[in-house]
Amino acid sequence: MKRAFKNLVKNRSSNGVSARRNGAGEREFLEKAPTGIPGLDEITFGGLPKNRPTLICGSAGCGKTLMAVEFLVRGAMDFGEPGVLMAFEETEEELAKNVASLGYDLNDLIAKKKLVIDYVHIERSEIEEAGEFDLEGLFIRLGSAIDAIGARRVVLDTIEAIFSGFPNPNILRAELRRLFRWLKNKGVTAVITGERGEGALTRQGLEEYVSDCVILLDHRVNDQMSTRRLRVVKYRGSTHGTNEYPFLIDEDGLSVLPVTSLGLDHKVSSERVGTGIARLDSMLSGGYYRGSTVLVSGTAGTGKSSIANHFVNATCRRGERCLYLASEESPAQIMRNMRSIGIDLAPWVKKGLLKFDAERPNVYGLEMHLLRMHKLISEYKPASVIVDPITNYLALGDDLEVKSMLIRLIDFLKINGVTSIFTSLTHGGGALEATTVGVSSLIDTWLLLRDIEVNGERNRGLYVIKSRGMAHSNQIREFLLTSHGAELIDVYLGSEGVLTGSARAAQEAREAAVATVRRQEVERKQRELERKRKALDAQIAALRAAYSVESQELEMGLAEERLREDKLAAERLEMARIRKADVANGNRRGKNNRKGAPA
Amino acid sequence: MNAAKKEKIDKSANGEPWVLRLYVAGQTPKSLTAFANLKKICAEYLEHQYRIEVIDLLENPQLGRGDQILAIPTLVRNLPQPIKKIIGDLSNTEKVLVGLDLRGRGVQ
Repeated sequence: MKRAFKNLVKNRSSNGVSARRNGAGEREFLEKAPTGIPGLDEITFGGLPKNRPTLICGSAGCGKTLMAVEFLVRGAMDFGEPGVLMAFEETEEELAKNVASLGYDLNDLIAKKKLVIDYVHIERSEIEEAGEFDLEGLFIRLGSAIDAIGARRVVLDTIEAIFSGFPNPNILRAELRRLFRWLKNKGVTAVITGERGEGALTRQGLEEYVSDCVILLDHRVNDQMSTRRLRVVKYRGSTHGTNEYPFLIDEDGLSVLPVTSLGLDHKVSSERVGTGIARLDSMLSGGYYRGSTVLVSGTAGTGKSSIANHFVNATCRRGERCLYLASEESPAQIMRNMRSIGIDLAPWVKKGLLKFDAERPNVYGLEMHLLRMHKLISEYKPASVIVDPITNYLALGDDLEVKSMLIRLIDFLKINGVTSIFTSLTHGGGALEATTVGVSSLIDTWLLLRDIEVNGERNRGLYVIKSRGMAHSNQIREFLLTSHGAELIDVYLGSEGVLTGSARAAQEAREAAVATVRRQEVERKQRELERKRKALDAQIAALRAAYSVESQELEMGLAEERLREDKLAAERLEMARIRKADVANGNRRGKNNRKGAPA
Repeated sequence: MNAAKKEKIDKSANGEPWVLRLYVAGQTPKSLTAFANLKKICAEYLEHQYRIEVIDLLENPQLGRGDQILAIPTLVRNLPQPIKKIIGDLSNTEKVLVGLDLRGRGVQ
């Protein structure tokens, strides 16, 4: 995360150098005095022209004085350049009070001799002109203030006061010219504020020509929504962003949004981050890419926020930070609703891993929203951002504006490597895919949730419409919200078509019944086989038994026969013994036999 | 020129003496003309009830702050009230007289 932000900074500074080189030629750089105002230094590629006068013009209440004061204060605090503020309209005390709300302590800077505020009061009614004059008094006064603290920056607020305070515009115009020249010679970076004239940048139509840089501030109201805008009208010797950039004045001062100047050269990551839904991870072959932009679109109540919140949960579980920009529900409501599907976000909020920012979209204009998001993201540095829903911003502008805002937001998120989920509400009736002002081309992964209405019930189906750079399932999944989170299950695909919900359940039951019958049949057959085997075994046993009986009888017969033979032989011997014949004969025969055997 | 030049004060006619400050920045032609014109007008219309102080901002830049001096030369009438400022080299006598509320006094 930190690396990504560093890259951003590096990106910007390298941009600045190249642009300056383009603007002022290879050898001589135009030196610039950084304003320290976020965004403005990017537009001007480094800041205001150093040691030259810059005009900030605009109508009443557009923030001229504030910008000028911030330039001075930041110069004194951050860049070691002391400054002089010559105020014609507000006193020292008023100014100090006014900018105290932005966290600047002018009195402290004055005490440290880093700032001089000189309030010049011109009372027109006291002044009568009687002959030639010049403004040497102003020069001397300004000069002594500059010399007193070695100021490098000067602000004159506002130049109109001189014109309204003195007669004879001809002399004044000449003196103004001399003042700008004098400031240049004095070697200070000057900011002069001026009222906007009718049909011209300034009332006198002179200041813009003698200034080296002109910044026009504007405060416009469109559809009851006001947006402050800034444009660099001219910048001698340097390129600059020429668009109108919205800017914001809040408790941290000014910030300008220069997103359109950023290019498409952000780094990409091939790291995957889990979606929080195991089945969705496998549909996307591993999860979203880190830093990618995910769109979850669908009609009302299809579970877009739930998908987003699963990701919130997964992000926080990884120990990464998540920013939740809600524009429809309050954080408490989101947390309550998510508890009902088994996601408890409260611990993450307590741990500081999850931050909600809930704001009704119509509170600000588009640009302000964008700027606020920028600020939030830059400050909080989240790994993931949820915008729920993005569609609420559509009412704030026409398609083109909304699209440009989204492009800039997405660019910003990508540059910072933030994985983002936008939820988008599609209205029934229109084509589901034709959502959200054609942002689809900006989106990396697009999940579509849709109602599948069959047999008088609605069920949720989830498709992966596209997912850049990864293999993803082409299958529709039924999306179930259970008390322990979202579940994706296969829909029934078969001869009956695609079935979901109770139709799927019924079909599954039917199939289960058929399967049971089949299983029983198989079991029955198996049993029969077993029985047959057993019968066979029994038969074999009987045969074996019969055989053994027979063989026993046979053996007994044989044994008897042998016995009888032995008996006969014995009887014969007995007869012979009784007859006393051939005993030796019998012995000899035995001897001969033994001897004769080897022969 | 540098030293504040004080005319003798005559309190007889209108009570308070006039205090006139002329702010200049160095001895420029405009400053010299202004001073000469001022002396002439004072001599003619104020007789001796006035005091002229010449302040050179090049020497004392801080002195210009109190009277909020931006234009040079500037003539400031601190007394009598209200404060009046006349800028320029005072070559337009008529305007100086109007600025100092002396119109009508000369006709007297």
